[in-house]
Amino acid sequence: MTTASAATPSPAAADDLGGGAGTALAPPSAPSAPSMWRRKPGGWLAVLPLLLFIAVAFGLPALAIAIGAFTTTDDAPGGAQWTTGNLSLSVHGAYFTALMGSVKLSALTALLGVVLGLPLAQAVVTSRFRALREAVLAASGVLANFGGVPLAFAFVATLGNSGELTKLFHLGDHGWSLYTFSGLTLVYLYFLVPLMVLTITPALEGLRVQWREAAQNNGATARQYWLHVALPVLAPSLLGGFVLLFGSAFAAYATAAAMVGSSVPLITLQIADALSGNVLVGQGNVALALSLDMILIAGLVMAVYVPLQRRSARWLR
Amino acid sequence: MAAITATTAKPKNRPRYWRGIVAVVAGLYFLGPLVVSVIFTVDVPNQGFTLSAYTGILGAAGFLSSLRLTLELAVATIVVVLLLLVPAMIAVRLSAPRLRTLIEIVCSLPLVVPAVALTAGIVSVLRWGPTTLARTPLYETILQIQNPSFPVVLVLAYVLMALPLAYRTLDAGLRALDLVTLVEAARNCGASPARAVLRVVLPNLRGALLNTAFLTLALVLGEYTVASILGFTPFAVWIVGIGGSQAQMSVAVSVLSLVLTWVLLLILAAAGRGPSFRTSSRKLKVKETS
Repeated sequence: MTTASAATPSPAAADDLGGGAGTALAPPSAPSAPSMWRRKPGGWLAVLPLLLFIAVAFGLPALAIAIGAFTTTDDAPGGAQWTTGNLSLSVHGAYFTALMGSVKLSALTALLGVVLGLPLAQAVVTSRFRALREAVLAASGVLANFGGVPLAFAFVATLGNSGELTKLFHLGDHGWSLYTFSGLTLVYLYFLVPLMVLTITPALEGLRVQWREAAQNNGATARQYWLHVALPVLAPSLLGGFVLLFGSAFAAYATAAAMVGSSVPLITLQIADALSGNVLVGQGNVALALSLDMILIAGLVMAVYVPLQRRSARWLR
Repeated sequence: MAAITATTAKPKNRPRYWRGIVAVVAGLYFLGPLVVSVIFTVDVPNQGFTLSAYTGILGAAGFLSSLRLTLELAVATIVVVLLLLVPAMIAVRLSAPRLRTLIEIVCSLPLVVPAVALTAGIVSVLRWGPTTLARTPLYETILQIQNPSFPVVLVLAYVLMALPLAYRTLDAGLRALDLVTLVEAARNCGASPARAVLRVVLPNLRGALLNTAFLTLALVLGEYTVASILGFTPFAVWIVGIGGSQAQMSVAVSVLSLVLTWVLLLILAAAGRGPSFRTSSRKLKVKETS
């Protein structure tokens, strides 16, 4: 409440809509709120439930991970104690293989997703058919958000061991298997490319026609326009897209779980495995240490993504 | 070749070719698995053409109960997300602009914690129940939120997972409104603050609210990670469960759910365009000509 009243310099100054501490945060089109709203604690009251919810629903599990990752479970010899054993266990042996497997798969699929998503998004953005645009963007929204189970089953029916295409072309004889690293890559792209299309579309829409015309008037070919004008402008968005796709692939669990079981080592599968009790006595908390590893990597991803997002937003005005 | 001479003579024709290639490749990749999946469901080995995978869905054991559970969870999640976010986001724009960055950060936090990690945290919180909290009234609460007929713990997790996307969708909707002026105008006409928000702001936010609700619905419908690890059986977990014994049906349900969600989203896109259609088309035109 003190902050809310401090934001209003004085009743007289509040009449001047250009002033007030809030202008720094508010967009230029929305000047700071009139004084009658400022004096009331209503703002805090409306925000409070959200903050309380986050504190409980997010804070408690986060706290449990933070504590659990550094303690042994009760069934360990000697009871629960502080330890760094979970963390060192989580970056050795099979767990390390899984961590690296996840990182490799995410990096590869994110790179492919960016490279394949960009031309698709450009084709969609520059399409003359508005209905097609909306249909593709809506489909992208579904595929990127719906989660992996239906996708996994569609691919199993198509390219799995007894899938239609596998039987038709005898792909099994040529060494094809969906339940491998490359198989997972193919399936992951099914939701990563749409995610890239959704992410990059605003940036592509921000490319002004005049830039292309200016380049053409100066004698640039289409190739030169893309290399020297469009791609540099798009670079932060592309990098941001890569990072976002990496995070999404890294966190994905359902597709892999529904499809490959545990034939491809992935960290999400290992965490689920450890949670269901598939660990040695006293190592129950290794799942929490693995979760902490994941959170650190995801945090790193966000730390790279947010500044990139800010930078790319500059061009979109 | 004709293509090359055409491109050297008229550079403007060139995009057509790559556009065609992109469209064909993307069409094959994205529609292919769906079409083949449909063939897979109707062409059963040793039986030939049959629609039993589709006709049997309604009668399949667990289908209706898992779908009902998922829809209930979805409704609860949507209500909680909107009730938490909408007042907070309107308030930070009207009366507490300093909190805006805080809200944005708080709503992005779940992005840093992948669903599996969140589940691991939830599992260990729930384990506190029988051990440390056994003699406190909180134990009862912990048991209650795991009630299999309506697991509140899943709603909590889904709300968290939906927050980042919901925040961005609502934020985009609010950005398109001049909220302060709208509310001021309503207040000058004699509306109470509550009335101004309910009768003026919310109707203007209709599109963003619908969008948020829908994306949350899609998220809950497809959610597998948290529910399967915590041992509940909503829709997605049920599909995986029957995958082993009734492969045809699990694929049929998967394809149906994908297509239905997509059609729903298309309808929603058309509906959300309703009142603001004119302004948005005018904006597009300005963009093209300027």
